[in-house]
Amino acid sequence: MSLVSLGVVSVLFTVGTYLLLQRTLSRVIIGLGLISHGANLLIMLSAGAPGQPPVLPIEGSQPVADPLPQALVLTAIVITFGITAFLLALALRSYLLTGSDEVEDDIEDRRIARSRHDAEAASIEEDDMHEVAV
Amino acid sequence: MSWLLPAVVAVPILAAGFTILVGRRLLLQRVVAFSTVGFVLAAAIALLVQADAADPAVAQIGGWPAPIGITLIADRFAAIMLTVSAAMLVAVLVYAMAQLGRDALDWWFHAKYLILTAGVSLSIVTGDLFNLFVGFEVMLIASYVLLTVKSGSNEIRATMTYVVINLVASALFLVVVAFIYTTTGTLNFADLSVRIQEIDPGVRSALGVLMLVVFGIKAAIFPLFMWLPDSYPTAPTPVTAIFAGLLTKVGVFVIIRTQTLLFSQEGPSTLLLLIAGATMAVGVLGAIAQNDIKRILSFHIVSQIGYMIMGLGLLSIAGLAASILFITHQIVVKTGLFLVGGMVEEEHGTGALDKIGGVLHRSPVIALLFLPLALSLAGIPPFSGFVAKLALLQEGFALERWVIVGVSLAASLLTLFSMTKIWGGVFWGESTPAERRSAPAMTIATGAVVAMSLAVALFAGPITDLAARAAADLIDPSIYAGFVLGGN
Repeated sequence: MSLVSLGVVSVLFTVGTYLLLQRTLSRVIIGLGLISHGANLLIMLSAGAPGQPPVLPIEGSQPVADPLPQALVLTAIVITFGITAFLLALALRSYLLTGSDEVEDDIEDRRIARSRHDAEAASIEEDDMHEVAV
Repeated sequence: MSWLLPAVVAVPILAAGFTILVGRRLLLQRVVAFSTVGFVLAAAIALLVQADAADPAVAQIGGWPAPIGITLIADRFAAIMLTVSAAMLVAVLVYAMAQLGRDALDWWFHAKYLILTAGVSLSIVTGDLFNLFVGFEVMLIASYVLLTVKSGSNEIRATMTYVVINLVASALFLVVVAFIYTTTGTLNFADLSVRIQEIDPGVRSALGVLMLVVFGIKAAIFPLFMWLPDSYPTAPTPVTAIFAGLLTKVGVFVIIRTQTLLFSQEGPSTLLLLIAGATMAVGVLGAIAQNDIKRILSFHIVSQIGYMIMGLGLLSIAGLAASILFITHQIVVKTGLFLVGGMVEEEHGTGALDKIGGVLHRSPVIALLFLPLALSLAGIPPFSGFVAKLALLQEGFALERWVIVGVSLAASLLTLFSMTKIWGGVFWGESTPAERRSAPAMTIATGAVVAMSLAVALFAGPITDLAARAAADLIDPSIYAGFVLGGN
């Protein structure tokens, strides 16, 4: 049973990582959601074997499930939920401002790309001048 | 005294709620925010005095004994961190008060700032791994919202990178929590430090490296730093200043705590020293290529993190003590430098080096505030940076780690070069017209930070001794375990 869960965790992480590397914000957010689910499931797995509900009074002599990871996962889910909502708001704001869902390049990257573009344009101009002169 | 530990977390959160409830009554918001942060500072000092004089304050929440319940503890290292952080929180709040209303800081700034305070406090005083996660998240969520105060397209883009990177780090953090709970069955630091000795050494070092990656992202060490210079400079000055002063250092604090407590080893760690050297070099080289005050300073944050990791990498009492001293000095100096940079921006509307000049003649006070901080960052005697770097280098020499010593000296020299670049660009040269004067409260707040930096240099002797005592506690995990588990 835990092997199947472990498989699910690894699939969630794989798909999540793939989506995270996309340029579209909505996919990045979905990817993050999947990765967080994977992490949460992993915490559930750390509880070990399933057992009786850890609620008093305990009936019978069967082992009781470890309640701590359940508590941890609840906290983690709430935190992830909050941040995902914030990310969605950011993505919406970004969409309203730029009109597209794509992640923009870094300012410095853009500046460097522009300067290279300018340099290329200048060298092409020089070539043209050269041709005219010939 | 132990009631102070939950108080430094709970009081700021309650106060944050209160500032929202009172609505747009600015004066009331200010009074509440200031007195709350002031309370945290007073509590931190009280905790430091107790931790140094006697046993540290330990609080078991709900009265449950240590491995079961939640533990809060302020040992010497944590109390030093909390005191310095709280002092910066007070100074930056005063600075922000002057900017509020003039600039883009909105009405809910105080609430967010107080939540940030609570997150920082919890991350520092917590005694178990999952609470550390919660503390970090509280701190980060407040920082996400603070970064988007202006919500223009640049801020949104920068914040997006920041949030996504931190969320990935948080997911990895949860993975570490799951692995550690699976292998040891506990998350309490003190209990962990005992039980982690019993597990397979291979698994143990894998957990150690995974944890280093998680907190390395938060602390911006090489090669996980690229988000920092991109996102920090876009925020309003008080926000950038407090982020620069506190957030990454809390990351370093946790790296030091976990690596000494859970994954301690004999002798210097080559991996950590490699990371330290690369962080110093890449950070300082990045800074040299920049042309904006805040961007230059942001790269220096990364570079200086390297020195803190170097002290940890040496893994001796003197090395750790130097690290603690360096963190103390760095929190103060970095916050101060950003505040000065913000004053220049406030007066000229830009921080681009080639667009401003001659500040020395027009506002000599700003130049006077900048000079000691910049020289301190570069490590020129007699300022605080010199004391901290000297301690690091002495230990590097003693342990014969020549490469890291050489790299750190070269990085210091380049730091000095990049500080002279700011000096030449901003303070000398042809005078450019100023748009407006910065408010007196900004000068006072920045002046207080500069005074604190000078105090670190002036009282270097007692502070070094204190750092050495804190380091002695860190180097032997059984001392920490004794504090938490012993009494019960």
